Amino acid sequence: MSGSSMWEAVSGIIRRDLLLAMRRRSDAAMSVFFLVIVVSLFPLGVGPEPAVLRIIGPGVLWVAALLACLLSLGRVFTADYLDGVLEQMVLIPQPLALLVGGKVLAHWVISGFPIVLLSPLLGLQFGLSGESLGVLVMSLLLGTPTLSMIGAIGAALVLGVRGSGLLVALLVLPLYVPVLIFGAGAVTSSMAGIGGEANLSLLGACLVLSLFLAPWATAAALRIALE
Amino acid sequence: MAVKSTHVPLGTLPFLPLFFHASFPYSRPSLCEESLLLQAVALRCSRGERRLFTDLNVKVERGSLLAVVGENGSGKTSLLRIFSSLLPPEQGSVLWGGQDIHQLKELYSGQLTYIGHLNGIKDDLTLLENLMSAMSLAGEPCSNNGAKEALEGIGLKRPIHHLPSKVLSQGQKRRVALARLWLSTRPLWLLDEPFTSLDTAATDVVTQRLLMHLQRGGLAVVVTHQEVALPAEVVQRLRLMG
Repeated sequence: MSGSSMWEAVSGIIRRDLLLAMRRRSDAAMSVFFLVIVVSLFPLGVGPEPAVLRIIGPGVLWVAALLACLLSLGRVFTADYLDGVLEQMVLIPQPLALLVGGKVLAHWVISGFPIVLLSPLLGLQFGLSGESLGVLVMSLLLGTPTLSMIGAIGAALVLGVRGSGLLVALLVLPLYVPVLIFGAGAVTSSMAGIGGEANLSLLGACLVLSLFLAPWATAAALRIALE
Repeated sequence: MAVKSTHVPLGTLPFLPLFFHASFPYSRPSLCEESLLLQAVALRCSRGERRLFTDLNVKVERGSLLAVVGENGSGKTSLLRIFSSLLPPEQGSVLWGGQDIHQLKELYSGQLTYIGHLNGIKDDLTLLENLMSAMSLAGEPCSNNGAKEALEGIGLKRPIHHLPSKVLSQGQKRRVALARLWLSTRPLWLLDEPFTSLDTAATDVVTQRLLMHLQRGGLAVVVTHQEVALPAEVVQRLRLMG
């Protein structure tokens, strides 16, 4: 199969998923609403003390972003599995991993990118400085695609399993931990004045690693799920 | 387990030589003309603890259709999934042009059009969007007009092409899935219960399309409960006893 038809198939699935998200905006907005609600509840529960909010801010924002990503994982493959599109995807005449990469990219644009865009506004609630907000956005820009990539492996592994929502959390949360530590650590380091570059570099490394490995692992899991 | 297969030699078919070298646009990157042959060799399949079939041998040559019949749960869909490479056989192999399909991988996928018992269409997309995205996914992108003609070919009139698929009946949804056959240029068609939910007129249209495909030198494996109204010389029946 030529490169152009390979690109056609990958861009086709991205376009289709974005179109579907536009038709079902409420599904796509769910994880963003979840993030906003969770992050907004913390200042109410912890109290309005600026020093306390500044300390917990990076961790709260990152945990909420991580859980919002986790919440959206059920939408990556389940619908395609139930309506038979996944069978067609597995039978495409090109490497399935490329198509999986396209689907995860579309999923990130729908679920992860709005989180990145919204994060500076939410960070303001916790009194983060301008520089820290910049680091927060960068860390989420590198971290949320990694979460989507890793989450796709878990979502593919639990396809067709009852109680898959909890199972996928158990599977992927341990793999999310390094991303959470580096992400929240980048913002905390920036606030402490030592810069977040080291943690951001590690997040970048995680992203590159997941970009190379996750689509292949997900493709293998999808094939197993359809057997 | 018992498998009964009747094979009809294709030399008896008068129309086939006319179509072997026609300009039918099958894309075969490295497979030659002679490779249009699907063989199952000593296939065994079990689901759970249950043995569905064992030592199954069957050959489908170009211009012929294999109709797989049998009771519910006899392994018809499993066999079709093995042919499609979705399901690896417990034992034995499926050969396409003499090569194992699991070695050919994407090269084999580029030779087949598979329509399972699920329609593979999205309720939130229109008929046109569904068909075009399915073709693009299959690596056979089609134009808007091509998709409209395919939908009309299977009896879905233009006024409903822009409706979301969720308002369609089951039969109409099945027609959208089967409209891919009007655009497919692949030599091997694998169809799981294609006539389910279709009315008589649509069944006839799909049957005619199948016949045209076979006359062009294509192959088809069809899992069905219904009789396929095709000339007996192009159909071989495989009954799975479960």
